[in-house]
Amino acid sequence: MNTHAPILPILIPFAAALLQMASERLAFQRAVGLLASGLLVVLTAWLTLLADDGLLRVYALGDWPAPFGIVLVVDRLAAGMTLLTAVLAFAALLYASSGFDARGRHFHPLFQLQLVGLTGAFLTGDLFNLFVFFEVMLLASYTLLAHGGGLARTRAGISYVVLNLIGSALFLIALGLLYGTLGTLNLADLAHRLTLPGHDQALARLAFALLIAVFLLKAGMLPLSFWLPHTYSAAGAPVAALFAIMTKVGIVAVLRVQAIALTPAIPDLLDTWLTTLALATVVFAALGVLAADRLRTLAAWLVLLSAGALLLAPAQASAQVDAAALFYLVQSTLAAAACFLLAGVIAERRGDAADRFRAGPLPATWLKVAFLILAATVAGLPPFAGFLGKLMLLTRLREVAAGPAIWLALLTSGFIVMIALARNGCLLIWKQETPVEPRAAAATPIAWQRATATLLLVAAGPLLAIGVRPLADYAARAASQLHAPGAYVAGVLGPTPAAIGRTEAR
Amino acid sequence: MEALLATAVGVLTACGVFLILRARTFPVLLGLTLLSYAVNLFLFASGRLRLGAPPLIRAGGSYTDPLPQALVLTAIVIGFGMTAYLAMLALRALSESGGDHVDVAKEP
Repeated sequence: MNTHAPILPILIPFAAALLQMASERLAFQRAVGLLASGLLVVLTAWLTLLADDGLLRVYALGDWPAPFGIVLVVDRLAAGMTLLTAVLAFAALLYASSGFDARGRHFHPLFQLQLVGLTGAFLTGDLFNLFVFFEVMLLASYTLLAHGGGLARTRAGISYVVLNLIGSALFLIALGLLYGTLGTLNLADLAHRLTLPGHDQALARLAFALLIAVFLLKAGMLPLSFWLPHTYSAAGAPVAALFAIMTKVGIVAVLRVQAIALTPAIPDLLDTWLTTLALATVVFAALGVLAADRLRTLAAWLVLLSAGALLLAPAQASAQVDAAALFYLVQSTLAAAACFLLAGVIAERRGDAADRFRAGPLPATWLKVAFLILAATVAGLPPFAGFLGKLMLLTRLREVAAGPAIWLALLTSGFIVMIALARNGCLLIWKQETPVEPRAAAATPIAWQRATATLLLVAAGPLLAIGVRPLADYAARAASQLHAPGAYVAGVLGPTPAAIGRTEAR
Repeated sequence: MEALLATAVGVLTACGVFLILRARTFPVLLGLTLLSYAVNLFLFASGRLRLGAPPLIRAGGSYTDPLPQALVLTAIVIGFGMTAYLAMLALRALSESGGDHVDVAKEP
């Protein structure tokens, strides 16, 4: 069981998707989906505990040893990210099971296939395999985005699909360059060969720059981020909540490639420009938050804001900064997802006003409280997790060269988010429409699945603040493991990586 | 051989990029297809070009690197699926909005 644990987070959703395709009955698909997602949460939690012993678990698919076969590599970071994915997926699926899934066909299998792509992308140790999992994730996300229909979704879908297809083409060009210059696509083997002489330095740099650019497209770095807000705000609430983790796939990929391959061999690839662009992303997203006219658009800009803040980390190449960034990643992902779900629940009861920031029927009291907690978390106010995440990030980033600029941008953006949420929150939860219309919608209570899923994610803010110590410690251990590229290479390739040169076939 | 392949990749990429920059979905779709052809040829070349050598390791015989061929095959399959999906999405946009402009007209 333990030996096969690394592949299970990929196999469980895949098996669930196959099972769900066998029958079109919604009740059956729901049951299988929720069961599989629950199982995934338990399994990834176990995997996270297992990975905490600091050993690198390498799973060779088909038992072909690296670098010849594809390997899955479980370290603390990968295991923790799959757990975050599983928790988020469970909440999103619970929310979707109250009727959203009936608005189109095949929601459940596609949802599970998206999970296959997400967990696979976190676990794999091979760049071409990463490409394949990216595509699995993206193809499922294209269809999930369109779920529910409507011109807004089709419109957002076309630009999203075209952009990601171009991104995939660039990804393949980068992989071709890497294989052509270094002769391998296994990340550990790449890192090992980069340190050896005898390859074309300029081409390798170019290939890694392209690779990072593709990851940044997925993460939403500024010049490549204009697709993100309208795509995320067009998606249905549970789909957008799951999408909140998709930008993090790009960020984790950048962190990993940077820590394992770039720091030992090409340390100067990112540090000159990444911080500037990340700060520009933060400012851009803060302005977007201020300009948003409805809650889910605001949540989409928040996703971008947290991506910008997180992208400050890779350029610093420091385990301390990454530890803070990982905690920030967990809390900001959950908060953004909660924001999407809350927007969905609030919109349900407000008729035409939906989640737009204007006067309308008042939401229920528990929704007002939930909004208040979430707003405090998102804006980074004490005592919730958002505050702690931002505090850790700011503390760690104080010593770096661009420290003052980072402080200025992050604090200003936090202030702007607070203003936007205070202003719009007043409109959303206090300002009643005059004259009061008869409230027809009040007759149908909010489904318990939606309420539970929303409260689960909103509660993450206070809960993570209570459990901050173990989580922050785990993030610190994950970051220090990430920043030990020697151990990673040795763990994947064996203690003395044999110089398996490009064969004489040249 | 190298010059021919490089020219093909270059021309395909140029045409692909030109078409992607059009504002209608059909040229964009064709452009993406051309771009994926260019990428596939490029990937193929990453194992170096060898004439008359099979991608099989035999005793004494010369061979060419089989891995890029496997990569290209995977890329073709994935690219094909993606293009098919985009075509369906473009058709749906056409039927919903009555136009094939990439920036589909806003809902009334």
